[in-house]
Amino acid sequence: MRGATQAKWAACAVAVALAATACGGGDDSGGGGGADGIVSSSWGDPQNPLEPANTNEVQGGKVLDMIVRGLKRYDPKTGEAQNMLAESIETTDNQTFTITVKDGWTFSNGEKITSSSFVDAWNYGAALKNNQKNSYFFGYIDGYDKAHPETGSASTDKLSGLKVVDDKTFTVKLTQKFSLWPDTLGYPAFAPLPKAFFTDHDAWLAKPIGNGPYTIEDYAKGSSMDLRKWDDYPGDDKAQNGGIDLKVYTDNNTAYTDLTAGNLDLVDDVPASQLKNVEADLGDRYINTPAGIIQTLAFPFYEKEWDTPAAAKVRQGLSMAINRQQITDQIFQKTRTPASDWTSPVLGEDGGFKKGLCGSPCEYNAAEAKKLIEDNGGIPGGQLKISYNADTGSHKEWVDAVCNSINNALGNNKACVGAPVGTFADFRSQVSQQKLTGAWRAGWQMDYPLIQNFLQPVYYTNAPSNDGKWSDKKFDDLVNKANAESDRAQAVSTFQDAEKVMVDQMPVIPLWYQNGSAGYSDRVENVALNPFSVPVYEEIKVK
Amino acid sequence: MGRYVIRRLLQMIPVFFGTTLLIFLMVNVMGDPIAGLCGDRQCDPATAAQLRAEFGLDKPLWQQYLTYMGNVFTGDFGTAFNGQEVTELMATAFPITIRLTIVALFFEIVIGISLGVVTGLRRGRPIDTSVLILTLVVISIPTFVTGLLLQLLLGVEWGIIKPSVSSEAPFNELIIPGLVVASVSLAYVTRLTRTSIAENARADYVRTATAKGLPRRRVVIRHLLRNSLIPVVTFIGTDVGALMGGAIVTERIFNIHGVGYQLYQGILRQNSQTVVGFVTVLVLVFLAANLIVDLLYAVLDPRIRYA
Repeated sequence: MRGATQAKWAACAVAVALAATACGGGDDSGGGGGADGIVSSSWGDPQNPLEPANTNEVQGGKVLDMIVRGLKRYDPKTGEAQNMLAESIETTDNQTFTITVKDGWTFSNGEKITSSSFVDAWNYGAALKNNQKNSYFFGYIDGYDKAHPETGSASTDKLSGLKVVDDKTFTVKLTQKFSLWPDTLGYPAFAPLPKAFFTDHDAWLAKPIGNGPYTIEDYAKGSSMDLRKWDDYPGDDKAQNGGIDLKVYTDNNTAYTDLTAGNLDLVDDVPASQLKNVEADLGDRYINTPAGIIQTLAFPFYEKEWDTPAAAKVRQGLSMAINRQQITDQIFQKTRTPASDWTSPVLGEDGGFKKGLCGSPCEYNAAEAKKLIEDNGGIPGGQLKISYNADTGSHKEWVDAVCNSINNALGNNKACVGAPVGTFADFRSQVSQQKLTGAWRAGWQMDYPLIQNFLQPVYYTNAPSNDGKWSDKKFDDLVNKANAESDRAQAVSTFQDAEKVMVDQMPVIPLWYQNGSAGYSDRVENVALNPFSVPVYEEIKVK
Repeated sequence: MGRYVIRRLLQMIPVFFGTTLLIFLMVNVMGDPIAGLCGDRQCDPATAAQLRAEFGLDKPLWQQYLTYMGNVFTGDFGTAFNGQEVTELMATAFPITIRLTIVALFFEIVIGISLGVVTGLRRGRPIDTSVLILTLVVISIPTFVTGLLLQLLLGVEWGIIKPSVSSEAPFNELIIPGLVVASVSLAYVTRLTRTSIAENARADYVRTATAKGLPRRRVVIRHLLRNSLIPVVTFIGTDVGALMGGAIVTERIFNIHGVGYQLYQGILRQNSQTVVGFVTVLVLVFLAANLIVDLLYAVLDPRIRYA
């Protein structure tokens, strides 16, 4: 029975293999409980090198949120900008600001933080030669057009609007009045940088040095980053845990599986396919809170037929034909909220969010929609094509649902169709090169919780993210007026006046506000997402 | 023999250039990769132009290709968008995938061939029928189903393994993913071996060997198996290349940061440097594996000789 023996041997090999895996499956999360406990969290490979002015996506942003602190910081709950390293930011004309830096702050390598730490970092971020993807943040500062011209080469790599007065003080001169400008300074792009960043840039990139509550202990690019509590951190938002281990996952489904198997403490992006089970799996350890993200349908105003008064009415009609409530309930399992303005609930009433500002044009009304569209000559080109990228984000589902809703309202199966584009990069290049002739999925994730950030960069004439090239003088004037207001409440309400111009023009159709979602293990508590939908890592406690 | 090897090595040169050029063209057809780097907003034109210049994307395609090939011969595979050298990515990704491939090949060879021999010698018996049905089932179930199922059962429900592989990816964590990657090929190896053994079992030389009074073990291993392995070796040889490049699905499921993952990232981000670099190496692996297979023929069956 030699054959049978061999079969048995093979079976044994499998058994041994399984046993070996079991041996290897031990717990390596380390640390203890309490304030020394280490939290493991899911992560994605940052798309760009980790530099404050070069990080424009969530994954790199997470790390910066832990290792750097700027002049201001957004309150993790309210989103309000509060002084962090700034002793004071003063202005008399809303255009020139005098900034005083607090005493007693250092980088984690011991270097003292002075006004030059900021000025040098901002000059670096703005200079064209450094290829920083967030350099436009410095665009309000005087001299940006010299250091970072739109075409050609830069004549200088210093911003003329920045002046160091002494070790603790520097002044900033803006190109225009902008009363809310100090509130933008909580964005990581404005973080100070140590000398080591400039003298040994490669070493800094391999292991960034910052001034936040955590320091980087170990960084294996593309796979993991271990952050540890910095004991000498001078701020009052000290880490409540011993550290955070970020693990890169190839797929957020795997991260979620690891969470349910008890190998991971925190997943900050619950995969869409798991939304149905998440409450059963995690119970109240599932977080679903609004984030500063709005999704919209954008239109090509560079195409003549979309840039007419009649087309504005058609866009209003299309907006009324979309059953937002049904789509957010059924397709997104309530992880989106139907939008009724162009901002986000995270701003709060005082910050400029106004539920229902859009009024009836953003409410579902099939009969009225049909009438509006038909009375105004129908959809330009006869058919609405909604372009989206098919590679990530499962956009197909909701685009099809939006089209269904429009088609039903119009009683025409061909009125709206989805137009998939293979990759995100290709989609973005078609959008930015004005190649799309129909509508496309658009969205805006705020840089800082200000109503200005939801309007000016996206809808102001020729603004950097005004992909549809919408232009309206009345809107522009109101934005300029709002920026010049010295009273905060007055500025916010003027911005809302500008927003009302958009109700008539409907440059983009607001669809829904996106929520941030997260799930955590029963090993940790006090987990929350900030308005940017990034976990507030330093507040997590290990049981 | 020597001349044969040299001729084969020379043949690799045009294949190498042809494939890299094709991949280069395909990645470039997908559009402007820089546009995806700034997220849902437009890159400011000056920075975009500068990035394009840095990655050489502003030059005509033929020039990009020539520069790229020139650099490759000096060992410079370019830089990925996140600032890492592609060679650095390779240095982390390839060892992991090679380990995964070794595990998979081990299963294919050990389990696949043993099962094949057992069933081939016992045609029509219950064990033969059950293995045939089993392999049919394995072949017809897609690997991502097997992968997710094993991950759920062994990882979450029973807690025997960790559902995800750590970034170091040691051998013991790769056993289940390796089994999943190997599963379909394993079934084919079993079936190929079975057929080949069954066919040769009645050959004259086997009868002669048995008649000489050789022990059955020696007859099966030295005479029968050796001659029956030629089609199996061919299959396994081509499978090496497929395993190294095609493990994308399994690598994603089990969180293995290997070649499949890097290729997927590269394609998603339209990072031609990463994609072309990895595919180039994979092409070389494929060619080498095929060469080794051809050389193994001569070892297995001295009658097969190359001039």
